[in-house]
Amino acid sequence: MQDRVVLGHTPQEVDARINRELLTNVLYTERRYWIIVGFLALVVALAGGAVGYMVNKGIGVSGLHRPVFWGFMITNFVFWVGISHAGVMLSAILRLSQAEWRRPATRAAEIVTVFALMTAILFPIIHSGRPWRTMYWAFPYDFARGIFPNVRSPLVWDPTAITTYLTSSIMFVLVALIPDFAVARDRTKGVAKAIYSVLAMGWRGTPRQWRLQIVAGFLLSALILPVFVSVHSIVSWDFGIAQSVEGWHSTVFAPYFVIGAVHSGVSAVVTVMIILRWLFHWENYITKDTIDSLGRLLIVVATAWFFFFFIEILYSIYTLEDAELGLRKMQFFEAPYSWLFLTFILTGYFIPVPLWLFKNVRRSFKWMFITTILVNIGMWIERFLIIVPGLARKQGLTFSWSTYHPSVIEILLVIGSFAFVSMNILLISKVIPLIPIYDIKEGEILKDEIKIGKVTVPAAKREE
Amino acid sequence: MAIERKPEPKWVMVVDADRCSGCQACVVACQAENNVPLNTDAIFNQKRAHEWIRIERYWVSGDPDKRPDEVDFKNLKVKFLPLMCQQCENAPCEPVCPVYATYHNDQGLNVQVYNRCIGTRYCANNCNYNVRFFNFWEPVWPETLRNQLNPDVTVRSRGIMEKCTFCVQRIRRGDRLVKRENRDFKDGDVTPACVQSCPTGALAFGNIKDEKSAVAKMAHDDRHYRLLEEQGTGPNVIYLKKVDLHAAEDKAHE
Repeated sequence: MQDRVVLGHTPQEVDARINRELLTNVLYTERRYWIIVGFLALVVALAGGAVGYMVNKGIGVSGLHRPVFWGFMITNFVFWVGISHAGVMLSAILRLSQAEWRRPATRAAEIVTVFALMTAILFPIIHSGRPWRTMYWAFPYDFARGIFPNVRSPLVWDPTAITTYLTSSIMFVLVALIPDFAVARDRTKGVAKAIYSVLAMGWRGTPRQWRLQIVAGFLLSALILPVFVSVHSIVSWDFGIAQSVEGWHSTVFAPYFVIGAVHSGVSAVVTVMIILRWLFHWENYITKDTIDSLGRLLIVVATAWFFFFFIEILYSIYTLEDAELGLRKMQFFEAPYSWLFLTFILTGYFIPVPLWLFKNVRRSFKWMFITTILVNIGMWIERFLIIVPGLARKQGLTFSWSTYHPSVIEILLVIGSFAFVSMNILLISKVIPLIPIYDIKEGEILKDEIKIGKVTVPAAKREE
Repeated sequence: MAIERKPEPKWVMVVDADRCSGCQACVVACQAENNVPLNTDAIFNQKRAHEWIRIERYWVSGDPDKRPDEVDFKNLKVKFLPLMCQQCENAPCEPVCPVYATYHNDQGLNVQVYNRCIGTRYCANNCNYNVRFFNFWEPVWPETLRNQLNPDVTVRSRGIMEKCTFCVQRIRRGDRLVKRENRDFKDGDVTPACVQSCPTGALAFGNIKDEKSAVAKMAHDDRHYRLLEEQGTGPNVIYLKKVDLHAAEDKAHE
């Protein structure tokens, strides 16, 4: 049974309360907000220092060596691209399918997408040997010398796919934000009002404007879906086309990575929403129903991911190649990879998913918080286990076999990336309401109740 | 009007594993010729040593039931495998570079353009032979070695990839020589540093398109094979198998 929060008795009362509660953080600031942001900024500054140090001294300060040329930084890149898949998964798909419970979750998911992508794209750049020259590659034409980029390289596909995705998800967020900017515009003064006026683009809430905004939202949802699928497919091809590395050149990588991305992304959104709910007192909006629905979605997504994970292993073992079998044997049974593998498989699937089957867990903020964090620990290790073992034991010539230990700098960069994303989400929450105000109001208007026998069930009206 | 062009040579190296004594003279010669950064203790321990040509050493157990580290030294055999960039015909490192820093030239060489390289290290990941080396640090030579640096070879800065070039500077010198004397390449026009320094003559270098060259003859030797041929990279280094007389004896006894 869903329990619905009653926000007020008259429509005006409801409106006023939604505006007040959801704009709280935009208009006023609590002290603990600044404490948290300050702490995160400190961590980001530390990581920024680490980046500066690495650019100054060279990649030598990392733990990378021959033949493990990619390590923590690329793992982190793949991880954040994965997290970024939550936004579209939740927002576009749920909007197209008109799922009522999406309303409080969409914006947070989209914002996570944008900042996760921005963080992700930093990593291949700082990870390259000469980051100051990488612009030749990220802006794909070297005008000075007339050398076109090598379009056969996945490292050209990557920036193309990611910048496309970044642009489209920013547009997606902005279109959904216009009515909320107007609400903020009407409640601020001075410079803030001027800025919101520009951002609201003359929104007056006329029927025509609403119609256009809804159509734009739907169109963008539909257009962004193929981009969403392509982005992580392309990231997976960084590994998929590398014929020389055992454990990388798998044809199943594209769907496997996409579904894995959704798994970690949706989990991250749940984590973020629970933190925001605690921080901004959104008890009336992010309810047990919201995380219950997300929990059910996660069971499906996680199991689909597990299926791909399973057939990826099956495909590799099915070849009966010595090299492939040796690599898998190392991944599963040889320390330290075996410990990482065990942690990954337990936290990524076997602990959270059985727990989510219980309604009490799905409806408990504490447990959902813990389980979704576990998923992302597991999914981070999963990326590591895909990238590093294949390189460390490149097959054929065993003379160069090696292992990999991250340096302090790399660990700092990883921690810093988490702080960077959190800090950005908190900073943007000062500017925009992280729960779509108009969407919640629409949900309030469409609320209905159906009587089935003696029971009254909450429902929603739908305009055809 | 068609422009008459001489057919380009195709450079091939032949490594006779039977002759290799593992003395590492080639490694030192290469280091000196190509301005390869010094491998200090610290860099070696970081596993970031640069060896454009390296001698891979494999222990082989004489006792089929035991691992090499379990048998007595009398039963232990050693095999040396000199390994340098294989200048693959179908090189896996080439398509993955986003900036065309590595490509194939007309003479069958897999060349690295230091100036274009941005150091994504993708080429090194995708190399089957682990023969690409990344400059993790800015290379430093002591004052005493300043005059030792080869003026014909670029000193690579940090953040870029480097690898064996088949001593491309010597090939260019050979190009000029052949052009001046208006003739075709013959054996001895181009000799890479490693080949020049090998005391046992385990290494040979030449134009395989020239049927009279030594490498063309050795390429048809019964013992010839190419490294990791099954990967489809088409290496341009031909190896000649080590003939293990004792193994043949052992077989006869069985």
